[in-house]
Amino acid sequence: MIKTPQELIAARDSVREHFFNGWTRIRVGMATCGLAGGAGKLFEAIREQNEKNNYGFFVAETGCNGACFLEPLVDVVLPGQGRITYANMKPSDIENLLLLTFGGRVYTKKAVARATSEHLLSDDTEIPYLQGVIQPDVQKVPPYSEAPFFKNQVRIALRNCGIIDPTSLDEYIAFGGYAGAAKALTQLQPEDVIDEIKRSGLRGRGGGGFPTGRKWEACRKANGAARFVICNADEGDPGAYMDRSIIEGDPHSIIEGMIIGAYAIGARIGYVYVREEYPLAVKRMRLAVQQAEAAGLLGENIFGSGFDFRIRISRGAGAFVCGEETGLIASIEGNAGTPRQRPPYPAQSGLWGMPTNINNVETWNNVPVIITRGAGWFSSIGTPSSKGTKVFSLVGKAKRVGLVEVPMGTSLREVVEQIGGGIQDGGEFKALQTGGPSGGCIPAAHLDCPVDYETLTSLGSMMGSGGMIVMDSRTCMVEMARYFLAFLKEESCGKCVPCREGTLRMLETLSAICEGRGRPEHLDLLKELSEAMADGSLCALGGSAPNPVRSTLHFFEEEYRAHIEERRCPARVCKALIEYQVVRESCTGCGACARVCPVKAAFGKKKAPHEINNGLCTRCGLCADACKFKAIKVA
Amino acid sequence: MNNYSENARVNSAVTGVLGRYPDEPASLIGVLQDVQEELHYLPRVALEQIAHGLSVPRNQVYHVATFFKAFSLTPRGRHTIHICCGTACHLKGAGMIAEAIQSTLKTGDGETTEDGSFTVQTVRCLGCCSLAPAIMIDREVYGEVVPRALRRILGKYWEAESA
Ligand SMILES: Cc1cc2nc3c(=O)[nH]c(=O)nc-3n(C[C@H](O)[C@H](O)[C@H](O)COP(=O)(O)O)c2cc1C
Ligand code: FES
Repeated sequence: MIKTPQELIAARDSVREHFFNGWTRIRVGMATCGLAGGAGKLFEAIREQNEKNNYGFFVAETGCNGACFLEPLVDVVLPGQGRITYANMKPSDIENLLLLTFGGRVYTKKAVARATSEHLLSDDTEIPYLQGVIQPDVQKVPPYSEAPFFKNQVRIALRNCGIIDPTSLDEYIAFGGYAGAAKALTQLQPEDVIDEIKRSGLRGRGGGGFPTGRKWEACRKANGAARFVICNADEGDPGAYMDRSIIEGDPHSIIEGMIIGAYAIGARIGYVYVREEYPLAVKRMRLAVQQAEAAGLLGENIFGSGFDFRIRISRGAGAFVCGEETGLIASIEGNAGTPRQRPPYPAQSGLWGMPTNINNVETWNNVPVIITRGAGWFSSIGTPSSKGTKVFSLVGKAKRVGLVEVPMGTSLREVVEQIGGGIQDGGEFKALQTGGPSGGCIPAAHLDCPVDYETLTSLGSMMGSGGMIVMDSRTCMVEMARYFLAFLKEESCGKCVPCREGTLRMLETLSAICEGRGRPEHLDLLKELSEAMADGSLCALGGSAPNPVRSTLHFFEEEYRAHIEERRCPARVCKALIEYQVVRESCTGCGACARVCPVKAAFGKKKAPHEINNGLCTRCGLCADACKFKAIKVA
Repeated sequence: MNNYSENARVNSAVTGVLGRYPDEPASLIGVLQDVQEELHYLPRVALEQIAHGLSVPRNQVYHVATFFKAFSLTPRGRHTIHICCGTACHLKGAGMIAEAIQSTLKTGDGETTEDGSFTVQTVRCLGCCSLAPAIMIDREVYGEVVPRALRRILGKYWEAESA
């Protein structure tokens, strides 16, 4: 049990001792992304070798360090040598890795970065790993500060992800965890906490960017018999996964943020609403809550302050609109998650009609370090209107994909080119999609713009929750707009007409254009519909649903015109406007295409060039994928 | 299985789940999730028993059970294949993966194979966007899926069933 700030410090120091000076340990990145990359088998292989050869090291899991393109990742910490990260590991690498490691060497083939110390953000200390004579092998591995994916990043939200064991409360504490809660509850008045958050300039990371301190204050001042805090971990935006990664890699940071927020607001119960498509995140969150309860960090009289707080976990059930705060609240109450008119805002009337404060995962996760380091430190990072850092999920056609955290105001180009390494397979950059399904596509001409809330909005997109999807010249912007509208039409809850009918009509129109039935007046129709939906919808889903259409139409109008006027899809994506053809010179007649074709449109004699019957062909692309000789092209 | 023993099975599953939750309307979604997980669908008798157990009107239970994608009122297969159709996966060929899975299993979106082994369902995003295209079978996520790899992935489940 940890009942006083002094006990917290004692616990912290004793684990630190082990963490930096004692254990030889191996860590496997076992977040969902690592597991999908094969980390489970790796973990087993390491454990097996450990037992077989009596190496006697500790094996544990860790979260995702963001470098998903390097999964599965293995970290080796050896006293005297620091921490070395190995990438793209396979079970067959393990024997060599361990032989070399315990022979005082490095498995250079797969070593990508090393750390000789860790920076503990919470109390701004740099703790070196036990120093020894650094082996020449080790010196050849680039330090984290020079590794291309990491060197331009500043990590606040991801401070612990991929370093600590997310199933260990001890390690969270060793890294300065719960010091923010201890300080807030024992040294600060609730009003002081709100003031600190206000001065830090922290804004909501869930999409809207509303100033967090002001929201807390409104909730504290509202009248009600009880107050609630909620963590929104519904993470609905497709293409974005920072919230999953933070929960899976550092669940206690959210609990701590919520304790501080609840204290400031005067809430005694908190909810974490996690989407059910994230089974591992649910599991990690549950475990963390149990651990915090067992340690007395949740429950009654936390840190002897007289403040009581508990957390419950709710699972979403697969509805995008439940990420919207009023929909989410309805869903916690056991109803269908349809949003309602605001005002009243949840701060006045939320869960069970009581004042409720709802923040995103990343917002909560920023709170503890703002309290320990101070508003001045936090607000020194970023731009005048957008403070701190933001985590982005850089995915799509970039070379290096993963989670990246950069100060607000960093240019989009730096993220895409320096961190992301440009476009994969030598392709050409076309657009960066931000803001989720109701965000927009930003073309190359605007890549030098800084990322902050206002700039992205002025470009017809938005910050959203932090998805950044890199598109190359093989992406059709009309088809992308159609894709997002199909998504939004499906997820519209149907309560208000502008959204329900508007998304449907837009989808029909975009489909017509993609299918070669576009007419010139369609473009005006889309613009008109956009205005009606933006003005008339009940919640932001409908209000921002026209964004993908507006922004692609604004920046890529010529592509729409090519579809409508020339019946041509310049990116060669829209199925009705393309054909698959066999390049006779390259075809060996192996028959792979004929075997995979579900409609028997690909045919031919063995060892003779094959053909595709475009009357039958559904343009699924399986033949082109199956062809080892690149003999099937799209025209 | 005859109707009587099927009802008894549903009844005992629902009773077990209800026992883990407080008797209040707020438990509704959690209860439905757990029952769905155990029975792979929400039979009518289960919905009625849940309505009664939590003192929630039946029409509300039905509304919730049909609003959320995670619930199914018809039996699902023993395994559920979630095909991610999120933005990153869409860009990287999720459409082709869906087509390949559906043509291999001869099922459409939301349908179940004849032998009851798989239900195929498209989902918004699995949160593995860096490994696009991704699919999730039950709770296991597979990243960077190519059509060629599907036989091997699906085969694993059939093999486990026959073992
Ligand atoms: C359709 C829709 C979906 C949303 N989905 C999410 C989501 O998945 N996660 C999230 O944190 N906020 C989401 N939001 C924003 C929330 O309504 C709310 O503004 C946010 O959780 C507040 O937290 P913040 O101030 O910390 O950003 C969504 C909003 C809308 C309109
Ligand atoms: S877009 Fe498919 S996992 Fe996120």
